Amino acid sequence: MKPVLTCRDIKVDFDGFYALKGVNLNVFHEEVRFLIGPNGAGKTTLLDVICGKTRATNGQVIFEGSGQIDKMQEHKIASAGIARKFQAPSIFPKLTVFENLELSVKQKKSVWALLTAKLNSEVKAKIDYILEKINLQNERNREAGELAHGQKQWLEIGMQLIQEPNLLLLDEPIAGMSGVEREKTGYLIHDIAKECSVLVVEHDMDFVRNFSKQVTVMHEGAVLCEGSMAEVQENEQVVEVYLGRGKKVC
Amino acid sequence: MKNISRSSYALLFIFLLCAPLFLHDFRVALLAKFLCFAILAVGICLIWGYTGILSLGHGVFFGLGAYCVAMYLKLEASPTGIPDFMGWSGIVELPGLWKPFANPYFAISAAVIVPVLLALVLGYFTFKNRIRGVYFSLISQALVVVFVTLFIGKQEITGGTNGLTNFSTAFGISLTNRGVQQVLYFITVGFLLLTVAFALWLTKSRAGKLLMAIREGENRVRFLGYNPTSFKVFVYCVSAALAGVAGGLFVLQVGMISPEMMGIIPSIEMVLWVAVGGRYSIFGAVIGAILTNSAKSFFSESYPDFWLFFLGGLFILVVLVMPNGLVGLGKSVGEKITSRIKKKEKEDVQHEAGPYVS
Repeated sequence: MKPVLTCRDIKVDFDGFYALKGVNLNVFHEEVRFLIGPNGAGKTTLLDVICGKTRATNGQVIFEGSGQIDKMQEHKIASAGIARKFQAPSIFPKLTVFENLELSVKQKKSVWALLTAKLNSEVKAKIDYILEKINLQNERNREAGELAHGQKQWLEIGMQLIQEPNLLLLDEPIAGMSGVEREKTGYLIHDIAKECSVLVVEHDMDFVRNFSKQVTVMHEGAVLCEGSMAEVQENEQVVEVYLGRGKKVC
Repeated sequence: MKNISRSSYALLFIFLLCAPLFLHDFRVALLAKFLCFAILAVGICLIWGYTGILSLGHGVFFGLGAYCVAMYLKLEASPTGIPDFMGWSGIVELPGLWKPFANPYFAISAAVIVPVLLALVLGYFTFKNRIRGVYFSLISQALVVVFVTLFIGKQEITGGTNGLTNFSTAFGISLTNRGVQQVLYFITVGFLLLTVAFALWLTKSRAGKLLMAIREGENRVRFLGYNPTSFKVFVYCVSAALAGVAGGLFVLQVGMISPEMMGIIPSIEMVLWVAVGGRYSIFGAVIGAILTNSAKSFFSESYPDFWLFFLGGLFILVVLVMPNGLVGLGKSVGEKITSRIKKKEKEDVQHEAGPYVS
């Protein structure tokens, strides 16, 4: 099977500190891939490299249909079909929920196209569909900044979905959510995976256990191992990285 | 809310159209000048209020628009074909730069195109290199210094500190004629109307929402697949064009333009008009420009020694008490009144429901 996304030997050098020391990663079609690892393992940096926020010092990112993307501008990477949800909810607070989604809809993104864009029934239907999926039908005309934290997270996920991406990057999607919200988000992520590949960075082990199929463990800027959660938990290195440290602290 | 804003626009324009009926000619001329400023203020509102880019250099675009039209007027007023000030510098042949401005249509289109081209070039390089916030404001200030220095230094071409003045006719019609002044006034009102209509259309369009989105989170916009550079350059050019139009109309009515009018202080004042009116509202920008300038001329007539203090005080007051300007103040007062009425209604209802102890 051909991967959607291939990262080859990605290195990131922050003034002598290597945040990533040669990461190789494949993400396949309709896959939900969880990236886990202790703080400072380079998970978020890897997402930053994929979406163009941080430039890799070495290595290649190859995206199906677009070829090598690590030299492309951020907005071109996004147009190529990679959507990114940031850790802190990053939405447009003064625009309404509806407007947030309206701007995110997959469309021509030039100045002229937006000047002449019309809110036709097709766009409306798309927005309604997403609003239902993220459970914000009743908040559509509220300013996004007024939403509860969890709802903002959902809105941002919705803004990524409505772009109809091929690959969705989620950075700690359940941070700050309540138990019920977490579960809903977990099901939402699986729902999404029917239409695109998802790469999730997550800290919460219970959540990973419940909702992951494939897990990649990172440690100090490198991939430690890959496999199902059960396999990964058996891995001695992983146990050492997680528990070994834990013991010392205790 | 929609009806309130619609009726306030209607009231404003009815007032402006009727103003020559009850205002003295002198006042009408002043008002016409303020309306030019209002056109410029709408441009600043679009770039600053909506897109969040603070340009402290709009005096340059205003000045360029004004100079373009003034060059034509000056040539019309020079029987020898060479402006008087050039003669004083010993120039006997009209410089090539001036030649095309003998054509009024060229001059008028240049009043828009020259500011837009400057904004295009400057905007492209600054926004592409992601120069933002204070750094952009500083660059826009530097632009003012460069242009003012250039215009003063190149006295033989630009008229130096005196600028361009002593115009007589446009299209062969005397500018000092009372009827002509009135026609110009109504033309200015018409331009303001067009400007406001355009700005409202723009802000309601999806592109307008994207401008606000850039203000709220430029990176998010980028990762949604938009190139913020092109949108920022676009809005910069739009506001430069409006400033150019304002400058051209200004010079026709006021009859002079000098580097002083495009300097740092006027450039900052322009931003303050918008701040006073309410930076997030087109209507606020328009009334901000009109009211601030009216206050300025009222204070300077009545208290010539103190008017700068009054003006300074007014600005401090606005910044401290009304961050959203006059429009914001009106809105919050309106909301307070309606919420109080609602509260009272609620209390009345509870009263009527009988003794209810919770």
